[in-house]
Amino acid sequence: MPDLRELYQEVILDHSKAPRNYRELATANHRAEGYNPLCGDHFTVYLDLEGDSIRDISFQGSGCAISKASASMMTQRVKGKTRAEAERVFDQFHKLVTGQSPANGNRAELGKLAVFSGVSEFPVRVKCATLAWHTLHAAMQGKQETVSTE
Amino acid sequence: MTTAAKRLPRESRPADVRDAGGDFDVQKLRRDFPILRQRVHGRTLVYLDNAATSQKPQVVIDAICRYYERDNANIHRGVHFLSEHATEEYEEARRTVQHFLNAADASEIIFVRGATEAINLVAQTCGRTNVHAGDEVLITAMEHHSNIVPWQILCGEKGARLRVAPMSDSGELLLEDFEKLLGPRTKIVALTHISNALGTINPVQRIIEVVRRWNIPVLVDGAQAVPHVKVDVQALDCDFYVFSGHKVYGPTGIGVLYGKSALLEAMPPYQGGGDMISSVTFEKTIYNKLPYKFEAGTPHVAGTIGLSAAIEYVNGLGMDNIAAYEHELLAYATEAVSAIPGVRVIGTAKEKAGVLSFLLDSIHPHDIGTILDQEGIAIRTGHHCAQPVMQRFGIAATARASFALYNTREEVDALVEGIQKVREVFA
Ligand SMILES: Cc1ncc(COP(=O)(O)O)c(C=O)c1O
Repeated sequence: MPDLRELYQEVILDHSKAPRNYRELATANHRAEGYNPLCGDHFTVYLDLEGDSIRDISFQGSGCAISKASASMMTQRVKGKTRAEAERVFDQFHKLVTGQSPANGNRAELGKLAVFSGVSEFPVRVKCATLAWHTLHAAMQGKQETVSTE
Repeated sequence: MTTAAKRLPRESRPADVRDAGGDFDVQKLRRDFPILRQRVHGRTLVYLDNAATSQKPQVVIDAICRYYERDNANIHRGVHFLSEHATEEYEEARRTVQHFLNAADASEIIFVRGATEAINLVAQTCGRTNVHAGDEVLITAMEHHSNIVPWQILCGEKGARLRVAPMSDSGELLLEDFEKLLGPRTKIVALTHISNALGTINPVQRIIEVVRRWNIPVLVDGAQAVPHVKVDVQALDCDFYVFSGHKVYGPTGIGVLYGKSALLEAMPPYQGGGDMISSVTFEKTIYNKLPYKFEAGTPHVAGTIGLSAAIEYVNGLGMDNIAAYEHELLAYATEAVSAIPGVRVIGTAKEKAGVLSFLLDSIHPHDIGTILDQEGIAIRTGHHCAQPVMQRFGIAATARASFALYNTREEVDALVEGIQKVREVFA
């Protein structure tokens, strides 16, 4: 039986209650909206891209604890990093939450994001965990339309 | 008011103390629903998502099996024994529905896939012929998407305008505003009998009396009403009444459109095909009489037989008994859940049935749903296909417990314990 405490880890609860980088970004030159029609989660990710690097990032919106914490921790993880690194982390994160990453596998790039491993036991929550990442991906691509998890 | 602390753990509580009352022995009739014996995540299933779909009693499951084991044949087209028999059963199901809704004639009962298809049918036939550029269609602020989008499509095609009657903060339709929105341009009115997101029972009979002055058709969406209250379409004097079989203990894929025959006669067909014609040449087709004009193609015969068995099951218990029992259960649930610190009930109309929508502090309903699921408790979280209702209350989603005739007070107690658990996780 999946364990709720594995899903709702302290770090996740903390970020969901007090999300970091939660604001509109005045210097943003890229932005994208993400929407999960199933539960109504809705986020905007703001990016200040300089060449290949993410100079600044923020987000706003509403969603469940998992999606909000994921967005919050994502902004911390990718700030100051290159696009390529952000995409690599997204890839590892996606494998983690969909259970495709063995416990002792390559999680080097994930760092604190490893707390989301419990999500893999709750398949319907995968979309919550990845919504912000899909939105970041869209923002980096410079797409203006809303990305949807459906 | 009871508190969670005083309650016995749910698995060890005597089952039948408070729930057995008079003829309505809920513990006994729970045994009619095989799915309820199931355990989920190691806990006894507590199914509180009945507004989405209800569970099926054994008699419904058996009726469908028996049909496929013994009676299966296409209808209205064979001279052989099985086809005649299947046709008889199909038409018998129509009469069962007729009596269930107290329709004047069996030919006013049209079998469709569900409430959604019934509304689309009316929008694309009656709506198409009556609504023109500059006209208006009037709905309410508490409609399910299926009673919004078909009208939006129609209005878009015709250059007509969709008007929306507002509701109060408690989720009650504002009748004066509704009346003011009616006018010479209004060509059709569509409203829900009971709101799926809020549980509000609309005073449809009074509303229809008002609409009558304008001599325009009224469609009532009964998807959430038919499982909970007795419906009499002649007393209501509605022109159309729609519902889905799966929400009233029947199978999915079958539903009903009731329409007054004069209107149905005047309407063009919805879909073309077999069964809906009386003769076809390449030059001209003569349509079949009612109700077949609206039943193109091979219908869901097994579905109608399952629906008929479901209605007989409900009739056997007595709709008034069901309504009285559920009314009491909803009152109990509302009191118990409202007493939990941090709970805000969304939808507090005086007249309600079946639905308890709520928020808990600033915890997202999706998280509430996941934690309750781990306790074996199934509720729905989200916008309930009624996004405008959510917007009206300035929220993105609610958690919704919705009740059926087989739910018990101890299941409500389990829900309360579950919500306490959510509070602990998020403490
Ligand atoms: C009020 C209301 N109307 C219409 C519908 C649509 O029913 P169906 O999806 O069975 O066609 C529903 C189902 O959720 C409902 O609650």
